[in-house]
Amino acid sequence: MIRENFDNDIKSLSSDVLRMMDMTSNILVEAIRCLQEQDLDGARNVFRLDDEIDSLMDYVEEKCIELIALQQPAAKDLRILFSLIKMVTDLERMGDYCVNIAREVIAIGKEPLMKELRDIPKMRDIILVMIENTKKSFEEENPYLAMKVGEEDEIIDEIYKDIYNEVLLKIHENRDNITQGAKLLFIGRYLERIADHLTNVCEKIVYISKGERVEIN
Amino acid sequence: MSKISVKDLNLYYGDFQALKNINLNIEEKKVTALIGPSGCGKSTFLRTLNRMNDLIDGVKTEGYLHLEDQDIYRSDVDVVALRRRVGMVFQKPNPFPKSIYENVVYGPRRYGIKEKKQLDEIVERSLKEAALWDEAKDRLHKSALGLSGGQQQRLCIARALAMRPEVILMDEPTSALDPIATSKIEDLIETLKENYTIVIVTHSMQQAARISDKTAFFLMGEMIEFDDTSKIFTAPRDQRTEDYVTGRFG
Repeated sequence: MIRENFDNDIKSLSSDVLRMMDMTSNILVEAIRCLQEQDLDGARNVFRLDDEIDSLMDYVEEKCIELIALQQPAAKDLRILFSLIKMVTDLERMGDYCVNIAREVIAIGKEPLMKELRDIPKMRDIILVMIENTKKSFEEENPYLAMKVGEEDEIIDEIYKDIYNEVLLKIHENRDNITQGAKLLFIGRYLERIADHLTNVCEKIVYISKGERVEIN
Repeated sequence: MSKISVKDLNLYYGDFQALKNINLNIEEKKVTALIGPSGCGKSTFLRTLNRMNDLIDGVKTEGYLHLEDQDIYRSDVDVVALRRRVGMVFQKPNPFPKSIYENVVYGPRRYGIKEKKQLDEIVERSLKEAALWDEAKDRLHKSALGLSGGQQQRLCIARALAMRPEVILMDEPTSALDPIATSKIEDLIETLKENYTIVIVTHSMQQAARISDKTAFFLMGEMIEFDDTSKIFTAPRDQRTEDYVTGRFG
C-alpha cells in the first residue's frame, strides 16, 4: 500500500488525541471530586495532571508540523493534521479550566459549602457523556454524532444559568455567601467553557470527514 | 470570464480514445493546472488547445472547442494564426541554436516585422516580461545555448511572448529544472497571468497547488474533477481525486 508509513503516523497521532480526551475526562472527574470532598491535596494533584495534558499537546503539535513539512499532505490528510492541531489546543484549554476549578477548591479550603452541590456534578456527568460521544464520533468518523454533541452543550448552558440564579439568590439571602458564591459561579462558568471547547473539537471532526466548516453550539 | 470553452470533446489516436467527453471552461487571466498520472490525457488535452495534435498521424478530434468566439476546429481555421494566439512552452527548454536576440524575434520576423527598432522593442519587452532582461541584456547577440537551463526556459517563454499571445500553454515547463530555476518560473507565471491566460500541465502537485487558480484532474482520458485549486487540494469531491492528491493512487 502506498504511503503506509504516513498512514501509520496519522493513526498513531489520532490515538494520541483519543488518549488526550481520556485525560481530560480524568482531570475533570478529579477536579469535581476534590470540590465535593474538599480534598486540597487532590486539588494540587490536578495541576500535575494538567502538565501531562500539556506535554501531550506539545508532542502532537510538533509531530503534526513535522508531517506537514515532510509529507506535504493534501485534501483529507491535510484536514486531519490541521484539525488535530486545533483539537489538542481545545483539549488543553479544557485541562486549564480544570486547573482553575482546582484553584477555587483550594481557595474555598475546608470552609463548609454554602449549598448542596447538585448542578455542578450534573454538568460534569453531561460533559463526560459529551467527551465519550466526541471520542466515538472521532473514532468512527461520524459527523452526525459530532453535531449531536452540540445539543448536550445547550443543556450545559441551561444548567449554568440555573447555578447562576441559585447562587445569586443565596447571596441575596446572606451576604456572607458572597465570597464562596463567586467561586462557585466561576466553577460553573469554567464547566460551561469546557463544554464549549468540546464543541470546537466536534466542529473539527465534521471538518475532517466532510471538508465543511460548521458552527456547533 | 471564459477564454476557452470545451464541450463534449473526444479525441482518438486511431482506435484508441485518449480523451473522453471533456467539458470545461478555462478562465481568462487565470492559471489552470492539468494534473493526473502519466497517460491520463492531460498533455493530449493541452495540445488540443492549439491544434498541436494535428501534427500526429491518425488523430481524430470531435466536439466543441472555442477560443472566445472562434471555433478552433473549423476546417478553415488558420492554424498558424491560432498558434500565434495560443503559444506554447515545452518540457525541455528548446531554444534555437541562434543568439538570444534571434530566438526572440524569430516569430515576429516570420510574421513580417522587419524594422530593427520594432524588433528591438519586442526583444526588450518580451525578455522583461519573461524576467530575463537583466541577465540577458548584455549578451543579446551571444548564443542562447550558453544560458543555463532555467534561463533557456525563460527565453522560450520570452519567445512565446514575442508573438503577444492571449493564451500560453505550458507542458511541464519546470520538470527539467532545479528548484531555484523552478521557483523563478513559478514567480514568472504568477506575474504573467495579469496579462495572459495560462494552462499548465504539471506532474508536481505541489506546483499545481502553488501557482494555479483552477485545477483539472484527469484520469484515463476522463476529466474527473475541475474546481478551484484550493478546493481540489483541501476538500475534493471525488474519491479518485482525493486518492491522487494525497499520493494514494494505485
